[in-house]
Amino acid sequence: MTQPSEVLLQANAVSIAYGDQLAVNAVTLPIYQQRITSIIGPSGCGKSTLLRSFNRMNDFIDQVTLTGKVTFNDQNVYASDADPVAVRLNIGMVFQKPNPFPKTIYDNVAWAPKINGRRDNMDDRVEQALRQAALWDEVKDRLQESALNLSGGQQQRLCIARALAMNPLVLLMDEPCSALDPVSTARIEDLLFELKETLTIVIVTHNMQQAARVSDFTAFMENGVLIEYGPTETLFTNPENKRTEEYVTGRFG
Amino acid sequence: MEQVLRWLFFACAAISVLTTLAVVGVLSIETFNFFQQVPAADFLFGTRWTPLLEPKSYGILPLLFGTTLIVIGAAIVALPVGLACAIYLSEYAGARTRDVVKPILEILAGIPTIVYGFFAITFVTPILRTLIPSTEVFNAASAGIVVGIMVLPMVASLCDDALRAVPNALRDGAYSLGATSFEVTARIVVPASLSGIFAAFVLAISRAIGETMAVTLAAGATPNLTLNPLESIQTMTAYIVQVSLGDTPAGTLSYQTLFAVGAVLFSMTLILNLIANAIMNRYRDVYE
Repeated sequence: MTQPSEVLLQANAVSIAYGDQLAVNAVTLPIYQQRITSIIGPSGCGKSTLLRSFNRMNDFIDQVTLTGKVTFNDQNVYASDADPVAVRLNIGMVFQKPNPFPKTIYDNVAWAPKINGRRDNMDDRVEQALRQAALWDEVKDRLQESALNLSGGQQQRLCIARALAMNPLVLLMDEPCSALDPVSTARIEDLLFELKETLTIVIVTHNMQQAARVSDFTAFMENGVLIEYGPTETLFTNPENKRTEEYVTGRFG
Repeated sequence: MEQVLRWLFFACAAISVLTTLAVVGVLSIETFNFFQQVPAADFLFGTRWTPLLEPKSYGILPLLFGTTLIVIGAAIVALPVGLACAIYLSEYAGARTRDVVKPILEILAGIPTIVYGFFAITFVTPILRTLIPSTEVFNAASAGIVVGIMVLPMVASLCDDALRAVPNALRDGAYSLGATSFEVTARIVVPASLSGIFAAFVLAISRAIGETMAVTLAAGATPNLTLNPLESIQTMTAYIVQVSLGDTPAGTLSYQTLFAVGAVLFSMTLILNLIANAIMNRYRDVYE
């Protein structure tokens, strides 16, 4: 980390429950602009649920209730007058399993600009997004082929390109490499460093080495509670909390 | 004991297969006999169907038109409403609404078809005749609408299955790109399940073709080469009912028309069901 940075996105005392099952318990977590923040923790610790609350993707799950505030540019995204669609235009997301649409490569990337009325210079938009996702050279001659013909790693980079086509300010990534081989994983990690130049990234990961390699800040969660948060280096080399130390040294999880 | 049971079950299985074969066999033989006396071209392309009256004529086109009118009417009612209903259930309704609406649809599907026929005559026809006074007492429109209502639960249920077969990951992907529910439904979910929806439509049409009681009651008994839904017509199925109930002696040519019409009906529904199956097999591969 070189320069200080502003908080762009923040969870304020966020609690999320599925029915009466508490999944996230009073988490407060700042997300700094143009930094990579990773959220780590054992399975079922609530890290994905927390991530999905940043762009209101939990709205589609039955019986999810959220208390607290998520602020983006100091606006509460859960305010009664907040438009979840507008929130998602600024905060893109990449999922655990690559989920390209059963359409052509081109149409996958063009999809979001098209439905949001940004039809001008579409070819340029598509090319730029694919270049940003480091996929352009591999697909530039087969843009009209089905996206489902791509390899898993390519599909995931296509999903990144699809999210970037809307020029979001934040990219949320929910274990984006868990379904990929090591080579594809390395490519996506390289990509993250480039994207950080312009984007703010939050990445949920199972893989502690990945968190240590790519992120500036790391948050460690367990049982829905944020146990520790800080600069990645501190958290991995000199954690304050005993549980954090046990987790990052691989004693459980 | 195992051996006895084994043979018992085999016998049961064999009976159902043999019955089907026997039906196809009888249908084929009688149809063959019919075509010994009536040229196939006269049957398929003839425009008058008067097998019981002089001068006798065996052109099936009036019956085909009658059936077509019913199918069109039913399709206009059942396909859009059924698909919309499925979209509501799959994409908009909460779990609680689904739990109430799905069983109601299934009850609707279980109502005896004669009740629908009665409903057509006593309810739909009077409304049609009020709206359009030139409507005949027995008419294709009323029967078509009611057949549409009859197959609607099937369309809704099959389309619902097709929509729900689309993985949630695709919906999540679309929502995360700032799409509204309608955009997700219309541009991702429906296109991704189009083959299943199409198969549901084909099966519904196949059922409408075979539907008997409602059209016998409500559509009339007038073989009529027309595309005007307000006139009295006769469908293939209604003709078969009419002759089966009458006193046409077995073995006569009039009697054999039953089998010829039955064979046409059977071929049409068989082909449609095969098409629907082929479509469904293809789309099942996509998400596995």
